[in-house]
Amino acid sequence: MLKLGVPSKGRLMEKTFAWFEKHGIRLSRTGSDREYAGTVEGIDGVGLVLLSAGEIPRELAAGRIHLGVTGTDLVHEKLARWESQVQEIEPLGFGHADLVLAVPQCWVDVDTLEDLDAAAAAFRARHGYRMRIATKYHRLVRDFLREAGVADYALVDSQGATEGTVKNETAEAVADITSTGDTLRANHLKLLSDGLVLKSQATLWRSRVAECDDADQRAMQEILDRLG
Amino acid sequence: MPDRADALARAAALRKRFEDLGAQVVETPILQPAEVLLDLYGEDIRARAYVTSDALRGEQMLRPDFTVPVVQMHMTQGAEPARYTYSGEVFRRQELDEDRANEYLQVGYEVFDRNDVAAADAEVFAQIKEAVAGLQLHAATGDIGILMAAVRGLSTTEARRAALMRHIWRPRRFRSLLNRYAGRVAPSPRRQALLAAGDPFEGAGPFNGVRDKAEIAARIDALREDAAAAPIAAQEMAGIEALLKVRETLPFALEQLRDIAVDLPSITPALDRLEARTEALAARNVDVANLDFEASFGRTSMEYYDGFVFGFYAEQAPDLPPIATGGRYDALTRHLGRGAEIPAVGGVLRPGLILQLERM
Repeated sequence: MLKLGVPSKGRLMEKTFAWFEKHGIRLSRTGSDREYAGTVEGIDGVGLVLLSAGEIPRELAAGRIHLGVTGTDLVHEKLARWESQVQEIEPLGFGHADLVLAVPQCWVDVDTLEDLDAAAAAFRARHGYRMRIATKYHRLVRDFLREAGVADYALVDSQGATEGTVKNETAEAVADITSTGDTLRANHLKLLSDGLVLKSQATLWRSRVAECDDADQRAMQEILDRLG
Repeated sequence: MPDRADALARAAALRKRFEDLGAQVVETPILQPAEVLLDLYGEDIRARAYVTSDALRGEQMLRPDFTVPVVQMHMTQGAEPARYTYSGEVFRRQELDEDRANEYLQVGYEVFDRNDVAAADAEVFAQIKEAVAGLQLHAATGDIGILMAAVRGLSTTEARRAALMRHIWRPRRFRSLLNRYAGRVAPSPRRQALLAAGDPFEGAGPFNGVRDKAEIAARIDALREDAAAAPIAAQEMAGIEALLKVRETLPFALEQLRDIAVDLPSITPALDRLEARTEALAARNVDVANLDFEASFGRTSMEYYDGFVFGFYAEQAPDLPPIATGGRYDALTRHLGRGAEIPAVGGVLRPGLILQLERM
């Protein structure tokens, strides 16, 4: 059975179902709302696996699912050398979100990464600790800042309500996903002009390591043809 | 791949060489407090070292090198002058290249001696070279101290010199700062508007967070001062650019650098040290006429070195990491010594790679 991993709840799940429907593949959840089981109609030999979007990269890399839908951000953050583990089949055109660096609006002197770096140096000299950036995307943000030559910062882990960390004084800046920027503005934060870490959207990925028997290969080919 | 027992035996033999030269054997814990290393290298170290933690001691790192703990030990209890040797595993997180080892043996030789710095540089280089003699390695050398002297001598503001010094080891940021200080990049319209504004905080929204209004205002003042400062002179820029390109055998490199010192007189004392080191190397029978020197060598990978730097590379296996590396790290002893300092130079060998080369 060719396994297709899809986000298990919310708008991401509904939009993914709608996207496959357009290609003649009907995905649906079965049983009660709480039960993560599903069916696939309109194509043979494909099974549905409902998972949290955050677990889909890992399952693809482990070869436990053959295909999976999840955000670019999660694949890039969670998989080292992601190109060698998964192949991008197609962006799905929804779930758009940008991973951005944001600082308080009142930092009128900070507009670019170079400013952030200079402010971080002064901050460390004044307060005795490195400027804290709250995020859950540690690897992506660290690589981005290293590439940009920013020093004297510390990443602090924030798994939710990241935009609130500045007001709560547990961080000085944030790196988080935004689609419209509304949450940032509501928390009096602004984007850095060169602070776009990654543009993300929901994407269909294929595992490079999942084993396929003949039937799986036929099912895979059928799906790819339908998307063609 | 050579097996672990062979690598351990070779490591022991190499350490014995250094013991026979009078070095004292030191051991350091494998788990190092993360704070010291984070303080030194910043967040980047997390991409290169394994971090673990417990509820009592907080974050710990698996020893990514010996230099930091050896310096700490020397600064708290060492007598002078001192020579140390050690052998053991270091751990390097690998996220990009599966072929690079994430755990390997290092054998090191470190000299803490303030009497004759050039002689100590030459001693470490010559001893490391001798330990890998017969392997057909190519030696590369450099001296970060020359670039640092050039930056310290620039006739510009202290703030600019400090910013450049802070980024000596980040060549791209260094370059973009330098271009801006030379007036080659115009400030953005937004920046010009900020500096021209009567009240720079107009429309800035509420103040929130730890970084307060006074700090922001202080940086705006600094930006204004910077905008008013004269660009770095073309002659000095040309000097720095020529310096960064020097790549020659040692005697010719020295000659080129002496020419550059006409535009950058502040590098002359560093060049005198380079010359003294060259003589000390020759006195140890190093073929200096054919020794490569690169002024930019070690700027990207050897962050705590601030003077002489060197590496030994396998010519027949260019994909291998360097077989041996080393350099001078006086500033690190100052940083870790809380006021105390001592000139220090050292080098490390990788016995596993040595065995691998011998069997090729």
